[in-house]
Amino acid sequence: MTKEAIIEELRTIVKPYIQNEEGFKNLNENTDFINDLEINSANLVDIILDVEDEFKIEIDNDSMEKMLSVKATIEVIQTKMNA
Amino acid sequence: MAPNGVGLPAFTNAIKTGTSGITYHQNLKEKGFSCCIGGIPEVSEEKKLEYLTTLQLRGFNSTSILYGCMAGIDAWKDAGFSVDENSKLDYDSGLIFGTGTSGIEKFREAIYKIDAQQVRRLGSTSVVQTMASGISAYLGGILGLGNQVTTNSSACTTGTEALLLGFERIKNGKAKRMLVGSSSDSSLYTWGGFDAMRVMSYKHNETPEKGSRPMSASAAGFVPGSGAGALVLESLESALERKATIYAEVLGGNINSGGQRNGGSLTAPNAEAVQKCITDAILDATISPTDIDVINGHLTATSKDSLEIENWTKALQRKGVNFPYINSLKSMVGHCLAASGAIEAVASVIQVKEQFVFPNLNCEDVHPEVLALISADKIPTKMIRKNITILAKASFGFGDVNACVIFKKHEH
Repeated sequence: MTKEAIIEELRTIVKPYIQNEEGFKNLNENTDFINDLEINSANLVDIILDVEDEFKIEIDNDSMEKMLSVKATIEVIQTKMNA
Repeated sequence: MAPNGVGLPAFTNAIKTGTSGITYHQNLKEKGFSCCIGGIPEVSEEKKLEYLTTLQLRGFNSTSILYGCMAGIDAWKDAGFSVDENSKLDYDSGLIFGTGTSGIEKFREAIYKIDAQQVRRLGSTSVVQTMASGISAYLGGILGLGNQVTTNSSACTTGTEALLLGFERIKNGKAKRMLVGSSSDSSLYTWGGFDAMRVMSYKHNETPEKGSRPMSASAAGFVPGSGAGALVLESLESALERKATIYAEVLGGNINSGGQRNGGSLTAPNAEAVQKCITDAILDATISPTDIDVINGHLTATSKDSLEIENWTKALQRKGVNFPYINSLKSMVGHCLAASGAIEAVASVIQVKEQFVFPNLNCEDVHPEVLALISADKIPTKMIRKNITILAKASFGFGDVNACVIFKKHEH
């Protein structure tokens, strides 16, 4: 799956949790979930569960901890999907 | 947030007209309940969005928190405050909002996931909805309250206790105002244990509105209810200064326990302690028993109703035609358990403000033991207009716990 396609999916997944509309409008590879989108840190686990459902993958604890930005999330998704 | 009316205007109208909120529930029948009727407030999906955000409603499965938030937000706005997520933190205002259990349906979800070895699938929403203080946590954040924010729990006394705890905090000078109330889930998992105890009525499944019969000779147990009630308590100076709508003054009250002695048990009241709770409330309010115009009783429609009436007659030293008017909201909404005290306190202050006594449903056949104590015309079956100066409200709960509050009409 291409990076661009994953970003599009992520846009839909994070939408319910974002608190910064401006950051969401400019969502790109370098977007940080907490700093740019002001997502409540407690909701990061919900995003991870939604990513698992959407991409039909399972994300281990170590990978989870890395998923704080779009870039890191794409890497985790690609790795798991290619595994 | 009552089974017979959601929001203040609807609820006020319902209690004036004696509208029942009790309906038949097929899911109770399917699960094998003996009692298949109950009181559930009606809330549409659109209505929920007026109170909670789409994010808050994501993975949301707790009616007690929903009802509590709706009641609390309504009360806060009615008291003249706005609800704004960017409001300045208010250290003078706190909240005490009770419940029996929180989000029991959410808790069920969590148990099923954990048993299926999917603990990680609980996400972030399980803890905040199932912790007892979930309701105060949600409301405290929505309103931005900076004083004490907590949850109390004392079975069916919970709402009345919350009110008195808030009252004491203001009286002690620790807060200017306290949002108080309580809520209870609409769930067969909340109600099931009572069905098993055979304390719920199974005789009116075909006639739900006739099921809840406090003080009636044909009372056959309580009908389960659910919902929430909330009131804003404030020092009189602060309320007058803000020109807030004053429904009633809280003159005083009392909370005690019968210690499960002298006939009291986990489930039955110690009559002496009930009477003492009432007399101590009267002392605290510095009124005389003869000042009481109306009693809003606990009166659940179990075999204990006549004992409650007897306790009132002894505590007040008033009986027969000298007894005050008495009513039970449970005849309309059922027994809303942890929420009952708060919903009934709201009904009480509406009566005081608008000067009427709401009707008792389903007691055309007053129990002979009740009639031996008080005159039948003290148990109105139609709404009556009445000058009410003092109203006493009491709640009693499992664990042999009691609470009684004295309301007074505010004279302008």
